[in-house]
Amino acid sequence: MSSRPEQPGSWPLALFPAAALIVFFIIPFAIMLAVSFFRRIEGGFFEPSFDLANYLRFLSPFFGKILLTSLSLSAGAAAIVVAIAFPFTYIVSRMARRAQTMVLVFVLSVLSLSEVIIGFAWSTLLSRTAGIGNLFVWVGLTDAPQAYTPSLAALVVGLVYLGFPYAVLTIYPSVSRLDPELPEAARMSGASPVAAFLSVTLPVMRRTITGALILVFVFTLGAYLLPQVLGRPRHWTLSVHITDQAIFQSNLPFAAAMAMFLLLVSLALVGLSLAAGADRERRR
Amino acid sequence: MTGWSSRSFVGAVLVFLAAPLVVVAGVSVNRPKQLLFPPEGFSLHWYAELFARSDWANALTNSVIIAALAGLLAVSIALPLAYFIWSRGGYWARALFGLGIAPFMLPPVVSALGFMVFWISAGLYGHVLGTIVSHGIFLIALPLVTISLGLEAVDRPLLEAARTMGANRRTVFLTVILPLIRPYVISGFAFAAVVSLNEYIIAYMVAGFTAETLPIKIFNSLRYGYTPTMASAAVLFVLVAIVVFGMVARFGDLPRLLGAHRSEEP
Repeated sequence: MSSRPEQPGSWPLALFPAAALIVFFIIPFAIMLAVSFFRRIEGGFFEPSFDLANYLRFLSPFFGKILLTSLSLSAGAAAIVVAIAFPFTYIVSRMARRAQTMVLVFVLSVLSLSEVIIGFAWSTLLSRTAGIGNLFVWVGLTDAPQAYTPSLAALVVGLVYLGFPYAVLTIYPSVSRLDPELPEAARMSGASPVAAFLSVTLPVMRRTITGALILVFVFTLGAYLLPQVLGRPRHWTLSVHITDQAIFQSNLPFAAAMAMFLLLVSLALVGLSLAAGADRERRR
Repeated sequence: MTGWSSRSFVGAVLVFLAAPLVVVAGVSVNRPKQLLFPPEGFSLHWYAELFARSDWANALTNSVIIAALAGLLAVSIALPLAYFIWSRGGYWARALFGLGIAPFMLPPVVSALGFMVFWISAGLYGHVLGTIVSHGIFLIALPLVTISLGLEAVDRPLLEAARTMGANRRTVFLTVILPLIRPYVISGFAFAAVVSLNEYIIAYMVAGFTAETLPIKIFNSLRYGYTPTMASAAVLFVLVAIVVFGMVARFGDLPRLLGAHRSEEP
């Protein structure tokens, strides 16, 4: 980093952003933390108290099952996403600038789509009247069109679709900066393109891949609409239950406790990935 | 990894990404009030309904107003913040940067619930103002990242030159820095506005029943009966996103904005 010019008067600049973030971000979190210890009251929101009951409910089998569902869905989706997104991004980053930009515009557009639209689009694509069932009938695969949603498979496909653009954007910077001579050297020593990719490119990119896995995991952990649209109630994840408790069961304290839990899990995972990255950096 | 096999792999993934959108586009031009694909007949009726029927038009107006104001709020916080971080550096600047991107990085449900309890406590639960401010805070990350990238590209000797010639910091900022980073400010605003248009959970939990946005309207219709209007709304979203990101790519350097750094490679 180049030397920074001395600018004694720049502190006031930070006042407005810092104040906005403190009032509208730090304070909401403090309130949420407090509410997670409050007691729910019928017909209203909550009343102040110091109650651990909301946290003790985490020990119930009900909560255990939700947690297991959420974690395994996200882990599965993250693995599939990165397995597809890594080679995809690698190839795209080697394409001509113009083609690259076009693919990126499309990926960004998909990234910006809300879960509502992704859920609606996939439920249409997997439906009986407008879905790929009709294509299967046309090809002769099946006799009559059928609906493929709601189901576990539909939910996983939706989560993969949701997480894919994020993985591409995480992988893209390091892949596009990768020294093209590395795999080339392997090619010249007689390795096939695929072998060069597996033995040279992939190991160099281990940190990026771990980062993308964790990011997609955390991101799909936050999915709250796809499980409702594409899955069955038994596939509902922690995020769905947080919304459900907050809005439909009017149990804000329990929702807040679950949100704090989700927050800690996400922060721990992000911290873990940062620590792993720093550790590897030191060993170099 | 070049040649037709890798190209067909990329093609297959792009088909996977496009397939649901193509089906939705097909459904949206159906003549009957059913979701059929391939569509039966061709009609733009469902697009007209989006603007003509008061409930859909209302949701559309809400979404556009929220997106525009939230985008402006996010930029007006991110611009001084990015400039401060860039000109100061150091521990506090890094901490503020982390704080600025945190709302966007957390699981959205967590941020949404935080905003909800905050607006309940402030007595503004269900007010559209809450949605605007919450979105603005949620989206700071996007202009913060793009403007920081723009500032990193500013040539510091240029600023030295301006200052030795007698310009004060204000003049330097307005006449040298701002014109250089303008594309990054605009793309930051565009990113933020597009994401705000599409955002569901915060809008829903802060004021879902009073200030209905288009995503909330689509989800409600998804629950209580399908109509092709939902599909036309979805198509509108996809088009807006493609146009906005296409413009960003047209007037800026999208690969660099996404961190490719190819031009600076030694």
